[in-house]
Amino acid sequence: MTLHSGRGFACINYPIGMNLGGDPSQALVHSTPDGKFKVALSAIDLGQGMKSVTRQIAAEALGVPIEDVYVDTADSDTGPHDMGSFASRGTHRMGNAVIRAAAEARSQMLEAAADELEVNASDLTTDGRGNIHVKGSPSRTITVEETAQAAQFKQGRTLAGRGIFLVPMSDVDAETGEMTPVSCFAHAALIVDLTVDDETGEVEVTHINSAYEVGRALNPRLVEQQLIGGAWMGVSHALYETTEPYYPDRAHGPEDFNLYLQPGPGDSAPHHISILERPAQDAPFGGKGPGEMCANPVLPAVANAVYNAVGVRCDTLPITPEKLLRGIRANGGARPQGRRT
Amino acid sequence: MPVEFRKDLFADERDDNLTEIGKPHIRQDILGHVTGRSPFYDDHLFDGLLHMRCVRSPHHHARVRSVDASSAERMPGVVRVIRPSDVPVNMNTLLALLDFGRDDEPLLTPDKVSYRGEPVLAVIATSERAARAAVAEVRVEWEELPFVLDVEEALAPGAPTVNQTYPNNTFDYHERYDHQKLRFGDVEAAFASADHIVEGEYQMSPIEQAPLETCGAIAAPETNDRIVCYTSTQALFFSVAVAAKQTGLASSRLHFIGGTVGGGFGGKVDSHHEPLAILGTLLTGRPVKYMWDRAEEMQVGAPRGGERWRLKDGVMHDGRIVARSLTGFFDAGAYTRLSSYAVQKATGHLPGPYTIANVASNVYCVYTNRTPSTAMRGFGITGVDFAIECHMDKVAETVGIDPIELRILNAYRDGDMKAHRRQAKNCALIESCQVVAGKSGWTLSQDAMAQSSLTGGGVGWRAEIPQTVTDQTGRIGERRRSGAPADPFAEAGQRASVPAGTANEHPATGNAPQRDDMVIEAERLGFKVATGGPAGAGPTSAGPAGASPGAPLPRVAEHEQDRPVSAPNAMPRASGGPSLPPGAAAPAERAPQPRHDPLPQRDPPAPASSPPTAAPAPPPPVQNAAPPQVPDGPRPPRRPGVSRFISGPRGRR
Repeated sequence: MTLHSGRGFACINYPIGMNLGGDPSQALVHSTPDGKFKVALSAIDLGQGMKSVTRQIAAEALGVPIEDVYVDTADSDTGPHDMGSFASRGTHRMGNAVIRAAAEARSQMLEAAADELEVNASDLTTDGRGNIHVKGSPSRTITVEETAQAAQFKQGRTLAGRGIFLVPMSDVDAETGEMTPVSCFAHAALIVDLTVDDETGEVEVTHINSAYEVGRALNPRLVEQQLIGGAWMGVSHALYETTEPYYPDRAHGPEDFNLYLQPGPGDSAPHHISILERPAQDAPFGGKGPGEMCANPVLPAVANAVYNAVGVRCDTLPITPEKLLRGIRANGGARPQGRRT
Repeated sequence: MPVEFRKDLFADERDDNLTEIGKPHIRQDILGHVTGRSPFYDDHLFDGLLHMRCVRSPHHHARVRSVDASSAERMPGVVRVIRPSDVPVNMNTLLALLDFGRDDEPLLTPDKVSYRGEPVLAVIATSERAARAAVAEVRVEWEELPFVLDVEEALAPGAPTVNQTYPNNTFDYHERYDHQKLRFGDVEAAFASADHIVEGEYQMSPIEQAPLETCGAIAAPETNDRIVCYTSTQALFFSVAVAAKQTGLASSRLHFIGGTVGGGFGGKVDSHHEPLAILGTLLTGRPVKYMWDRAEEMQVGAPRGGERWRLKDGVMHDGRIVARSLTGFFDAGAYTRLSSYAVQKATGHLPGPYTIANVASNVYCVYTNRTPSTAMRGFGITGVDFAIECHMDKVAETVGIDPIELRILNAYRDGDMKAHRRQAKNCALIESCQVVAGKSGWTLSQDAMAQSSLTGGGVGWRAEIPQTVTDQTGRIGERRRSGAPADPFAEAGQRASVPAGTANEHPATGNAPQRDDMVIEAERLGFKVATGGPAGAGPTSAGPAGASPGAPLPRVAEHEQDRPVSAPNAMPRASGGPSLPPGAAAPAERAPQPRHDPLPQRDPPAPASSPPTAAPAPPPPVQNAAPPQVPDGPRPPRRPGVSRFISGPRGRR
C-alpha cells in the first residue's frame, strides 16, 4: 500500500438573495418606555445566527448598545411578513429591512430628544452607549431611557419604525436567458491537501487553506463558524454523502446515520481561513451571506486533489473508495501527477 | 482552525469604525441552546396530543386501485383516517406564491403515485405506536407502472410520464421551451476557431440535508376559533400561505410559531407538515403532531437533487477560454417543488465567475420516479460549481497552465459583461485566489499576483454584449416526439440572431424606502467616506459625477455606476435602425473569430526579490467603486432613494 499526497484548488462566486428577486422582508422596531428596543421579525434562526445578526444591525442603525435590543422572531401574529431563511437572503434582505425600521425609529428618537434638549433633531447624534447628545457638544446630552420616557409619558409619541426590503422580481428571457439574477456575489478560493491510499481507495483530507470574501463580517465569530462548518460539509459531500449511492438506481438508500456516511470529529482537517471583505453596495453594511457558498469550493478542490494524487478523475460524486479503486485499476495503477508548489 | 482577517484588502472601500457591526458578540439565543432550554417545535407539549403517520407507496410508479383502511380504523387508539378526499385543496406547487409553475403535487395522492414513499393516506392515533400499527394494517391494491429514474432516459421518446401536469417529463419554461436557454455570443463560431476543445460530464449526487431536528409541525386548537401551529419551517409565511390554501382556512385563523429550528440546510421549506397537522386538528378538534422519523427524513424528505452537467470549452493556447457550452439536468424527482427555480438560478450563474465572450446553455428541470428534490445549501449552484471547477483543471492541464493562473487569467472583473447581460461589480475572485495561493506555498507568477478585480475589466469586448446567435429548438413536447439531443446547438437547425448591445434595464437593486425617515445616513453604513475636504475631491471619489457638498446624493452617478446593461452599446430593440457603436462588429461579419485579448498588463511587476510564497500585495487603490461622498454637517434633504447603498435607481426615473 502507498499513500499518495495530492493538492487541489477551486474558486467560486455565490449569488446572494433569492434569484430574480421578488422576495420581500419586513421588520418592525419599537421602544419600551425605558428605552430598550424590540425588533419583531418572521425570519428563522436555523442556528446560523439570524437573531444575533439582526440584533447587531438594529443596534448599529439605532445607535444604541446591543444589550438594549432584543429580537423576537417567527410568531405570525406579531412578526410581519418575510419570505424565509434560504437562498443566502436572510442577512441581506432582512438586514436591509431592519436598517430601515431602525432608521425610522432613530429619527423619532432624535426628534423626541430634540424636544427635550430644545435643539434641532438634525444637530443630535448618539454615542452608541445609550446617550444622545448635540454634535460637537457632548455635555448637552440626554439618555435614550430619558428620551423614551419623555416620548411615552410626556410627548405622547412612539419611537417605532417599519422597514421593508424588496428586490423587485426580474423576468427571464426565453431566448437569451437575459435576467437580473441577484444583486451581489460572495467569493471563495480554496486549496485542499489530502492523501489517497491506493490499496483501500480511502481519501483523508489533511489540510485546507481557504480565502472567503464575505462583503463584511457583520459578526466575525458567526462567520467563522459558518465557514468551518461549511467546509466540513464540503468534505462530506465530496467523499461520503448521498441518499442514493448508486444513483440513478435507488438501491442501498441509507435510512439512518449508521449508513448515511459523514466524517466524524476525528476526520476534521485543520483549516486555515482568510476572510476578505469587499462591501457590496446594497447589502447591510456591505455584508453578503457566507452561509451557503462555503461548502461549494471544497467539492471540486477535493476532486482535483484526488486527481493530483493518483491520476483518477472522479467526475461523479461522492468520490468513494470503490470508484477510486476502479479508476486506479483502469489506469494500471496510481499515477501521481506531481506535487503542486 | 486559525482565522485571519485581511483588513488590508479593499480597505479603501470600508469604514471599519462601527460600534456593533464587526464585533464577535455571542448569540442572543446561545444560553438557551447550551442549557437545553430553547423551545423547538417538538418541545411544545399538549394534553391529548395525537400522532400522525402516513401510508406510503412501496413502488416507484403505481396506480392506486383501492385503499382499504377499515380494519385500521377499528384498531385501538386510532382516532381518524385522512383520505385524499378530506383535503380541501389537494393540489399545490410551492412557487405558486410567485406565480411560477402549475399546481402539480397532491398532499395525499388519490390515484397514481410517482415515487417510492409517496403518501396516499394519513392515520391519526393516540400514540405514535398505534399510528404505526394502523398504517401497517391499511391495505392498498397497487397496479405497478413502468418507471424512469434517469434524467436523460426521461427525456427520450416512449419514457413513462411521471407527472401528469407536465406530461413531457420536463418543466415548461415561458410556455415555449422544455428548458431554460442562455445564449451569449456565438459559441459555434468560437469553437471552430479555438485551439483546443475540452469536454467533460459531471454528476452531483442526491444528498440529505440531515438536520438533527427532523421536519415536522404540531397543530392545536387555539381560542377564538383559531389554530396554532408550531413548526420547523425555514420560511414561516411560505408555510402559512401553503397551509391556508390547502386547508381552505383564512390565514387570519392561523397562528404560526417557529423561528428556533434545529438545522435546515434547505430541507424545511416544502411546507407539507403544517397543512396535514392543521387538517388533523380540524378533523379531530385535538392537537396533532406530524413529524418525520429519521428514515422518512432521509428517503421521503426531499434531498438535494442529482444534477448532471456537460461542459464544452473552446480554449486558446494561452489559456483564454473563448467559448463555453453547458447542458444541465436537474433531477426534480416526481414533483416540481423548487427545482424549476434552481434551473434559472443556475442559468444566471453561468459560466461561473469567468468572463467568456461566447456562452450557451440548455438547462432542464426533469421529472423522474424518485423522491422529489428540493433546496439545499448552495441550491442550483453547488453541482454546477463542482462541474465548472473540475473542468477548469482539465482546461489547465490541456493547455499546460497552472490551474490558479488559468482562473486568474479568465476571472471576471468589475465592469465585465456577464452572460446574463448585466455588468459585474464588486468582484473579488482574483484577490481570493491570490490570498489562498500566497499562504499555501503555491507559487504564482508575478504577473498573476499583480492582477486585480478592480482593473482591466469593463474594457473593449469585456464590456460588450455581443451579437448573439439564437435557436428555437426544444419546443415543449418536441423532444419527446423526435428524441432530439439536449445540448445547445446540437442540431443544425435554423439560427436567428439578437443584435449586439441588446438588453433591457432592470438593476438588481432594492426598492427605495417608502418614507424619507426610513433612510439611514450613508455615512453610518460603514462604507468608506473621505474625510477632510469636499466630497468629490477625496482619493476614493473617482466615481462619475462626484457629488458636491450638501447636495443630494448623485442620481446620475447611480445610473452610470450601476448601469445594468452595456450602456455604450445599448440599442433600441423595436423600431429604428440599430446604430452600431464604434468598434462593434457589423452584423454581416458575425463574429467568426472569437473575441480574444491577452490580459491587460498595466501593473508593474512586483520586485523580483519578493518571496514566491509571500502574501499578495494589497490591490491598488480603488477606482470607480467608491460610494458617493456625504459631507459632515446637516443631512442632505431626504427623499426616497436618496441612499444609493440601500436603494437603487429602479423606479425613480
